Amino acid sequence: MKEKRPDPDQLLKVVSKELKQEGRGRLKIFFGACAGVGKTYAMLQAGRQQFEQGVNVTVGIVETHDREETKRLLEGFPQLPLRSIASQGRVIQDFDLDAALSSGANLVLVDELAHANPVESRHAKRWGDVEELLAAGIDVYTTLNVQHLESVADIASGIIGAHVRETVPDRVFDEAVEVVLVDLPPDDLLARLDAGKVSVPVAIEHARQNFFRKGNLISLREIALRRVADRVDADVTSYRVSKSIETVWPTRERLMVCVSAAKTQERLIAEGIRLTQRLQAECLVVHVQEPTDSDDASRECVRSLAQQAEERKAEFINLPGDDVAEALLECARTRNVTKLVLGHGTRPWNPPWRRKLFERIARANPELGILLVAVKPPPRKERYLGRATRPDFHWGSLALATGACALTTLVALWLVHYFDPPNLVALFLLNVVVISLRLGRVAAIWAALLSVASFDFFFIPPLLSFAMSDTQYLFSFTLTLVVAWVTSAVGSRLRADARIALAGERREATVARVARDLSGADKSEQIVAICRETIAPLFEAKVALILPDSTDRLLPSKEGEFADLSVAQWAYDHGQRAGLGTSILSAAEALYLPLKAPIRCRGVLAIQPQNRTSLDSPDDKRLLEACGSSIALALERIHFAQVAQETLVRMEGERMRNSLLSAVSHDLRTPLTAIRGLAETLEQATDLPRNEQTEVASAIRHQAEELQQLVTNLLDLARMQSAGVRLDKQWHPLDEIVGSALYRLGPALSKREVRTELPSDLPLVEVDASLFERVLINLLDNALKYTPPDAKILIGAKAVGPSMYCFVEDNGPGLPPGDPEQFFKPFVRGQKESAISGVGLGLALCRSIIAAHGGTIRAEAAKPAGTRFEIRVPLGSPPGIEEEDAA
Amino acid sequence: MSKPQILIVEDEADIRRFVRIALEKEGMTTAEAKSAEEARIDSATRRPELIIVDLGLPDGDGKAFIRELRTWSNIPVVVLSAREREEEKVEALDAGADDYLTKPFGVPELLARVRAQLRRAALLNPNQPASPVIRFGNVRVDMATHEVTKADEVVHLTPIEFRLLAALARGHGKVLTHRQLLLEVWGPSYVYRPHYLRVFMANLRQKLEDEPARPKHIITELQVGYRLACLSDGP
Repeated sequence: MKEKRPDPDQLLKVVSKELKQEGRGRLKIFFGACAGVGKTYAMLQAGRQQFEQGVNVTVGIVETHDREETKRLLEGFPQLPLRSIASQGRVIQDFDLDAALSSGANLVLVDELAHANPVESRHAKRWGDVEELLAAGIDVYTTLNVQHLESVADIASGIIGAHVRETVPDRVFDEAVEVVLVDLPPDDLLARLDAGKVSVPVAIEHARQNFFRKGNLISLREIALRRVADRVDADVTSYRVSKSIETVWPTRERLMVCVSAAKTQERLIAEGIRLTQRLQAECLVVHVQEPTDSDDASRECVRSLAQQAEERKAEFINLPGDDVAEALLECARTRNVTKLVLGHGTRPWNPPWRRKLFERIARANPELGILLVAVKPPPRKERYLGRATRPDFHWGSLALATGACALTTLVALWLVHYFDPPNLVALFLLNVVVISLRLGRVAAIWAALLSVASFDFFFIPPLLSFAMSDTQYLFSFTLTLVVAWVTSAVGSRLRADARIALAGERREATVARVARDLSGADKSEQIVAICRETIAPLFEAKVALILPDSTDRLLPSKEGEFADLSVAQWAYDHGQRAGLGTSILSAAEALYLPLKAPIRCRGVLAIQPQNRTSLDSPDDKRLLEACGSSIALALERIHFAQVAQETLVRMEGERMRNSLLSAVSHDLRTPLTAIRGLAETLEQATDLPRNEQTEVASAIRHQAEELQQLVTNLLDLARMQSAGVRLDKQWHPLDEIVGSALYRLGPALSKREVRTELPSDLPLVEVDASLFERVLINLLDNALKYTPPDAKILIGAKAVGPSMYCFVEDNGPGLPPGDPEQFFKPFVRGQKESAISGVGLGLALCRSIIAAHGGTIRAEAAKPAGTRFEIRVPLGSPPGIEEEDAA
Repeated sequence: MSKPQILIVEDEADIRRFVRIALEKEGMTTAEAKSAEEARIDSATRRPELIIVDLGLPDGDGKAFIRELRTWSNIPVVVLSAREREEEKVEALDAGADDYLTKPFGVPELLARVRAQLRRAALLNPNQPASPVIRFGNVRVDMATHEVTKADEVVHLTPIEFRLLAALARGHGKVLTHRQLLLEVWGPSYVYRPHYLRVFMANLRQKLEDEPARPKHIITELQVGYRLACLSDGP
């Protein structure tokens, strides 16, 4: 038997839904066909039941409509105070989201899910508030009428006879954990209405006549029942998926809704999305941007269609192209679309020789399913306006054409002395062709008419009259017109193609430039600079990158002064765009775009355009989105590069520490053994001569000093390699550190000849003085240990270009053979198992200290003999010192 | 002068022991305290001439003890501290300690510091009139006339350089922290600009030391401060 395996995609969806619900509040919707069925009552009853079971229930907002039974149910319930909002000149009492969030309640009752909030609110609709409550882990009970469901609103509008404005996305409905249908047969409802139990405000008394008709109520009830049945069906499906019961999996459908730039197309989108939901398919909404409809009105129209589509979670694509059918087919092919939804009657006038769009598509790809939806043609006026503002035309071009025709006529009048009039036709034709290519169709036709007229007037007998004596001239007249028409069509298409290509190229070039700049960035400051220098001028806006700290709080920055951090934080926390042009906190001055990278949100991009509407076009939005995701990716790349770097450093440290430990134990034990043995000798051999006693004691002291040196180096090395070592870098004169090192080595150096070569004009260096001193002490100590007592030691420094070179040199026996680099590794010595101990760490410590200062250290042979250690550290720019007033 | 009495405040018995033996061998008497509490009592009852304080005491902070002591006494205090605690040394000096020794330290070093502090205390004795002239090496500084000579040649110092030298001289071998010197010479607004101090100190070394890179008198206590060594007084 074949194993029944759940479709992984489906399973993933169920899992993600369950995951999403984990930690999220549970939404319960009391759903009804229309007002008066008792949703609020049912909700309050359910809430009261929870309340009595000890759940912390709070009433967020409930419309009692002055109904006594409802009021009675409210008694004894904790209720949140309403928020007073001054909006458009009046004070509105509304649900207080922040109070609900901070009330500590586990369950909040919020009436009327579809309610439209005042514009000053955070969310445009109350369902936005509810979503936020759910996201905060608070359970919500709410009520909803069927006509407010987005996918139903259109049909309901038709039934009710009034436009339904307050809609709730179906997603909210579908994602609710429970939907309770509150049902009342229409007759009972009407009886309640008559008994005055359904209260309707006086203002909509006339609606009552229209609305509460039995026919309406039956239709709405049917829709409500069906919608709940659909939901139950969906629940069953998801149950089956998670329990791996079903064996039949429908193949995934993908619908493409093709719209043109007209307001009436909204219905097409609504219809398409409703279909999509029925078919459990995905939905694309596509508009083909023809070269001719690039005027502002159609742009605005496309923008609102895009917004509508995106609100309903459908992807919107604006395809540039001059052949609608071809562009649609291409898109359908690349996106694996199975069905097309086309509006029928969108092109009101189709010449008989031109195939309708759906015919052309069906012919080109018979496998595509095509669904035609009847759509009202746009009103005439709108179309007319669309024509009048065609980009080809302006009045100046007519004047130019007239001038050109006059000029041609003058030339022809001169040429007629040498040529026969029919030969001059070509001259006029040339004029028309040039005009049609340069000035567009309208000017070309005007020029053709003028040319024929002037030719007839000046060159055809009877001269200086319009009488057309010969029909053959009618032929040339027609021919000129046709030539004008054809060439102007070719010309305008060429120009339009060039314009589209140019616009596309500019956009692509921009995205490419941003991407290239970002790919070179390896610090987040560089990305901030790219935002400022590349992206800001592109949108003519102030742009700031707002980055979070390690606790996910966004940090204020200098560039981001204009930004409202609380809105930015909201966008960051919720991973949704907020502010200008969105439905969340839309009163904000700037748009806040969360920078979502594959792993997590990396920050927020704040964009404040100079002109509030300038970010509205779909092209700009897409461009912004593209820039945003490039930035997010770059930020993520930098983050992981840092993590990798840190890991590498940590691993290296780990490895080093291990080898260190084994070596250190040897070097520690040797002096300890000696000290212990010597001390015991002193203790027991009481009859030791006085001078031998002194010798033993000084040997102990010597060993202890060695041990001290080793321990100091060890501790310093451990400190250098511990995570997050902070250098205490300050500006020092180098001679001070050299002096201190020499002073500290004092007695040991006193028998040696030590010279210093420090120019008095040496600039200050920024170093951690005690660590730098440690380096010098180690180098000097090495020179003392590995050179004979008569060798000279030279210590000096010089500034060359951007670096300070500091060296310690001796004229001793020089370096042992081999690569000098190896001495900088811990526990490598010039001579194996040397009697001189405690230096295995010295040079390794020097190297790590100097590396931490951004410098280098190397060993080389000194001239003419001996060893030279050279340290290079960057100079930087020392802080200024105020000149002292003259004494 | 009678035998000076030294109070050793240290919780580690072996360290107390060798410090005591070393000091007694130098002809001093000693008293020992194992904790800050004992130190408080002993310093008040025994009236020692000098106190050696370990900063890490079991029952509290050596710095707090010094701060308390300074409210009623200005006897010299030498601090013992572990090397890793640079800031602690600076804090102890700012609290009123006069010198410090970093563990592990040698006996000769300890004795030198103790002797220097005792000498300084004797110099500051209010019963003797303070001499306006101080000397170190071949340098002679007249605090009254602001005249500085080195090997009998006049050295020209700027006003700030002189103020700096005067501050060090007044310390008589006490370690002065960066903060103390910046406050005294430049004023409170310069406290966070130690590089000023370093630059002017470098100038002083250039003018007054025979070998500026190996100073014998103007001694740098790296990351802590400066002190003037090998002072002698008199005309």
